[in-house]
Amino acid sequence: MDLRALGESFVAMLENVGIPHGWVLLINWILGAVILLGVALLLAIFLIWFERKIAGRVQDRLGPNRVGPYGLIQPFADALKLLTKEDITPDNADRITYNLAPIIAVFHIIMLFAVIPFADKVVGANINVGILYLMAFGALGSMAMLMAGWASRNKYALLGGFRVVSQLLSYEIPVGLAMLIVVLMRGSMNLNVIAQGQGGLFGLGWYVWILPAVFIMYFVAALAEGERAPFDLLEAESEIVAGYNIEYSAMKFAWFYLAFFLNTWVLSAVAVTLFFGGWQGPFAAQIPALGVVYFFIKVFIMFFVFAWVRATFPRLRIDQMMSFCWKVLVPMGLALFLAVAIILKLGLPSAVTYALLFVVNIVILVVTLKLLGNYTRDLPKNKNKRLFAPELPRL
Amino acid sequence: MLVQQYGLIGVFAVIAFIFPIVTLAFTWLLRPKRPNPLKNSTYECGIETVGDAWVQFRAQYYLFALIFVVFDIEAIFLFPFAVAFDKIGLFALVEAIIFVFILVVGLIYAWKKDALEWQ
Repeated sequence: MDLRALGESFVAMLENVGIPHGWVLLINWILGAVILLGVALLLAIFLIWFERKIAGRVQDRLGPNRVGPYGLIQPFADALKLLTKEDITPDNADRITYNLAPIIAVFHIIMLFAVIPFADKVVGANINVGILYLMAFGALGSMAMLMAGWASRNKYALLGGFRVVSQLLSYEIPVGLAMLIVVLMRGSMNLNVIAQGQGGLFGLGWYVWILPAVFIMYFVAALAEGERAPFDLLEAESEIVAGYNIEYSAMKFAWFYLAFFLNTWVLSAVAVTLFFGGWQGPFAAQIPALGVVYFFIKVFIMFFVFAWVRATFPRLRIDQMMSFCWKVLVPMGLALFLAVAIILKLGLPSAVTYALLFVVNIVILVVTLKLLGNYTRDLPKNKNKRLFAPELPRL
Repeated sequence: MLVQQYGLIGVFAVIAFIFPIVTLAFTWLLRPKRPNPLKNSTYECGIETVGDAWVQFRAQYYLFALIFVVFDIEAIFLFPFAVAFDKIGLFALVEAIIFVFILVVGLIYAWKKDALEWQ
């Protein structure tokens, strides 16, 4: 089955009936938007079940297993419960901002689905500024959470909101730098073009083999961007109860919950598109439907790793988290960017360039880990010293 | 072609914005509405709230946001550079290196000034 041909034949059918071209376009857009929305909502419901199952297994529990086979109906039951729950708005809250926050949270995360390429050219909007679009709408999420935290007029929520802003803004820089390096490699910001460029036998063209350090930087920063352990300080249950969404109940809480899971899924999807070849796989270029299958398998493996990390690691302290971003990831990202730009400009044959890129990536990764290791080894000695203070001559 | 792609984003934006509003309105019909003063008070672990939450907060958060703005501008400059990388000459690369160098100087300055410390 060819998805593109299906869409084209649908458009042709409508035009044959005699509907004017403008209306056909509009119908096409609305249909595409509704399909994307449906995919996003179904995914969210399935992801909640998937993550709960993984967390259960990691912690030697069964996870949901009562409602339906393997507990598959459980998220539907939860959604139904949340729909019919009483919705409490605190008397002190700023009503307009309080009610707008969950709407913006859902809005921004669903908008991100528009540019993700599910298969070759099977993408909501095949725009050539896909990466910028992702960054722009991704940044809207911290806005929604700050609004929620501030409008609740609750000290825990306010602290959670502030932590969201400082954490998500900081970690956006390593994520942006990782995207920048991939754009540098491919010379395009179109996500479909980036996925197309990673063909080759048995996934040898994937950027993760050429730029391993960039992928690791992206992955660590994405853990923080997705508000997941070990970086889930903004909803640290033991410190600030639940963070920004403490005063939310019923459907408004459900929207934040949904945004949280979809955010991780989108981050995994972007990781797969940038580093693991997106929809690339055997015969994917000929049969787009096969590309969709490969894409979803890869994204779910990626999501599994995210959930695995979340279920395994303890939480960091907030000063450690901020230092790690600004003093480890950002300098590492800038070094990688300069190294990749210079190597690409040398004009060597492509095999030599790729080998050189790989070596430089490994070197930068090893140097970073060595510095981190030295620091943690000397931690008892210089407890009062600042993290990685650069040694500069005093002016 | 291009208009078609952005048209979908426009329609999608409207639908994605209206959808949560419609759902919230729908739950308004379904859910019970029995508010009372205790239920509607601020929840802070069951202890009575002391003082207002809208107070002056630490300037630390503001400092991080300020440094972030600098690096976000970097993204605006470097993304076009990265897209056009194959077509531009060595001179643009040197320019980009100088640009990143200036950024790094700013980062080191903030570092030395303890702006990156969470006190």
